Amino acid sequence: MKKSKWSLLLTIVLVLSVFLSACSGKKEEKASGDSSSKGGGSKEKVLNLMETSEIPYLDNIMADDQVSLNLANNVYEGLYTLNDKDEPVLSGAAEEPEEKDGGKTWVFKLRDDAVWSNGDPVTANDYVFAWRKAVSKDTATQYSFIYQVAGILNADKILNPEDPMYNKTDKLGIKAIDDHTIEVKFAGPTSAKPYLKAVLSFPTFYPQPEKFVKEQGKQYALEADKALYNGPFALTKWEHEKGWVLEKNDKYWDKKNVKVDKINVNILKDEATRINLFETGKLDRTTISAEYVDQYKDKKDVFSTVPESSVFFLRMNQKNKALANNNIRHAIDMGWDKKQLTDVLLNNGSVPAYFLVPSKFVNGPDGADFREKNGDMNKGDAKKAKEYWEKGLKELGVKKVSLTLLNYDTDTAQKDAQFIKNQLEKNLPGLSLKIKAQPFKQKLKLEENLDYDISYAGWGPDYPDPMTFVDMFVTGGSHNEMNYSNKKYDELIKKASSETDLKKRWEMMQQAEKILIQDDAAISPMYQRGYAFITKSNIKNIHNHSFGGDYSYRDWDVK
Amino acid sequence: MARFVLKRLLYMLITLFIITSFTFFLMKLLPGSPFNNEEKLTDQQKFILNEKYGLNDPVPVQYFNYMGNLVKGDMGVSFQYDNRPVSTMIAERIGPSAVLGVEATIIGTIIGLILGIAAALKHNTSIDYLSSLIAVLGISIPSFVFAGVLQYYVGVKLEWLPVALWDGPKYHVLPALSLSVFVIATVARFMRTEMLEVLGQDYITTAKSKGLSNLVVIWKHTIRNALIPVVTILGPLAINLITGTLIIEKIFAVPGLGFQFVSSITLNDYPVIMATTIFYSVCFIIVILIVDILYGVIDPRIRVAGGKG
Repeated sequence: MKKSKWSLLLTIVLVLSVFLSACSGKKEEKASGDSSSKGGGSKEKVLNLMETSEIPYLDNIMADDQVSLNLANNVYEGLYTLNDKDEPVLSGAAEEPEEKDGGKTWVFKLRDDAVWSNGDPVTANDYVFAWRKAVSKDTATQYSFIYQVAGILNADKILNPEDPMYNKTDKLGIKAIDDHTIEVKFAGPTSAKPYLKAVLSFPTFYPQPEKFVKEQGKQYALEADKALYNGPFALTKWEHEKGWVLEKNDKYWDKKNVKVDKINVNILKDEATRINLFETGKLDRTTISAEYVDQYKDKKDVFSTVPESSVFFLRMNQKNKALANNNIRHAIDMGWDKKQLTDVLLNNGSVPAYFLVPSKFVNGPDGADFREKNGDMNKGDAKKAKEYWEKGLKELGVKKVSLTLLNYDTDTAQKDAQFIKNQLEKNLPGLSLKIKAQPFKQKLKLEENLDYDISYAGWGPDYPDPMTFVDMFVTGGSHNEMNYSNKKYDELIKKASSETDLKKRWEMMQQAEKILIQDDAAISPMYQRGYAFITKSNIKNIHNHSFGGDYSYRDWDVK
Repeated sequence: MARFVLKRLLYMLITLFIITSFTFFLMKLLPGSPFNNEEKLTDQQKFILNEKYGLNDPVPVQYFNYMGNLVKGDMGVSFQYDNRPVSTMIAERIGPSAVLGVEATIIGTIIGLILGIAAALKHNTSIDYLSSLIAVLGISIPSFVFAGVLQYYVGVKLEWLPVALWDGPKYHVLPALSLSVFVIATVARFMRTEMLEVLGQDYITTAKSKGLSNLVVIWKHTIRNALIPVVTILGPLAINLITGTLIIEKIFAVPGLGFQFVSSITLNDYPVIMATTIFYSVCFIIVILIVDILYGVIDPRIRVAGGKG
């Protein structure tokens, strides 16, 4: 009797081990298959890349995060795509649009050699279907607002739950004239939107094969074989939470210009793991944080830094009495060393910011960078800061001010905040700054409720135009969140939004930025974020886009 | 026995109901929405998104909708990953976590038992001290330190085993070892203490005086009695490992469930929070039941059928 019980236990262990070895056996076959194909095709160009998360959306219309947008940019294609200078160039559209109604209507001829990966042609109807899907309430994509940014006719009404036209997607300003011609109508003059073509390169504007999407229903884009691809690459394998494989799309009309054959992407959430894989040759490129920069920065053939278009700044809530004082705000903006923050603490290619609109982001009608005219603002030193501070204290009639700095709860943000606290408390006598770190969602909530004094915040562009930054702080704007209000600033933004003289428009935006920072010190800009990368030296033609998907792999090459 | 199991199953359902309800309302207290670009959404957009996912309804209505669907076996779809059914998501990810967890538990238990038994039998000798040292280190040093050290020396420096990823048996070795360290230490510590206690019992003296061989005394009378507390802790320990461990899976890029447990909470992915909690609870409750049944197998003195159970 007792023996039989023990043998039962033994049996269980045996069964388990058989089960386990069976599982592993299967995986081994797959792994060896992979490596043989790599060894066999000696000319095959393979990239081994990483992402930090699973693909949230393979559906380009739902894509609202870096991983999904980057994937969409490489496996699908819309009217335009961004080249290596971030300029919109024709891709799905055969030629530049014919303009009608004084520029309020654009007629696009589509390429007739563009096909989906099942061989079906990409038709005008695929665009109409996709665009209507994007503004539908049943889709409810977070990027629906980009149809308002582009000013597509009726988009704002269709997306407004209080409007009679709410969700009437067939009223959207897009029409198929024939199989390969679409007509797009805009609400206002297109000449007021110099960024329009670049916006149309955004994945939310890409077409979708109506028949296939409807056949798949809820399954559409949930697996690699549940979507059709019309871009330079096709997703051929997708193992959830592990990684995926992109292969050159055989049916792509421009495949002769796609150099890379295959891209393996692994999900790697841990930085040390990424570095170890890079060191053992299993990974071709990864970002690295400040602590690894010193280790790699002298290896010129692998190390690089790339500035990005996100700007971080301190919000100063003017509901707070002290922060409502202009001199106090100027003192806080000048009272800490921005260069030391980027060079010592961040150490990843981030640059100190004395501005709101990032540099190397967009060029104006004169071809010059937005930053060239306004340059750096409020670039004071500790002495000047102290002068402002004392003036401010006098005006307030107090000797001491204590404030709280609302912060992210990440390690790096904690170090940044600690540094700023030390600097400000040293340079501005009488100030005490308490740091309050909160989980991201909670921080957002506190900001929305104006329940903070100073907060560490950031902003990345939604479209390639300074307006995406400068219109944040209009009175009552939903991203203002600090009770800032300046009539002159509001006026300039309003005028610039409809100004068709691009030069004037540009100057208005520059003036608005000047008011915001130089005159009002409404925010204290911290840094324009950069990333440090290590990349295998045989990988060429890498370019980071400042907007939309991060990369266009079709330009990349392996030497 | 059957009556005992049935009764326990009923209790299980009640427990589950309480856990589910409690989690649901607790989760609704989390600040923010489940949408990842929340800071950029306008009020109109938030309204449309909430409408799509039924989040504009009052919380009690949402609760009854959820429980209704749950009874039908529908755990909903993830907010974070398109419209992917949450049950599919768990099914896809539990495989690697379970394999790794079982491996670590088996390795850990075997080594731990050997260490614990050896330490007790060679009480106060160098073997005992070595075993205790290993146990102390294993419990006090977190597993990610072992993982990092193993990854760097075995993977990068010696190149004996893969640094990370999940492509076959050799990819299991380092993560399973890293995970098993804690199991080894815990099992060894418990086993040693229990063995020492059992060895001092009267029935051991009786057995010895009856002239039974040393081996029989140790095997039949000592180890078996000492195993009971070990089995008790092993159940929950194994469940923790099998349902996924965030850190080890992150370090070795194992496509497991561990990450979902944590990320769903920071991202307010309500259906995933609920599903992972329910899943974990079910596993836990079942293991507790199995442990209770196993008691009887190991020690006939504990009769599950009678008494309070």
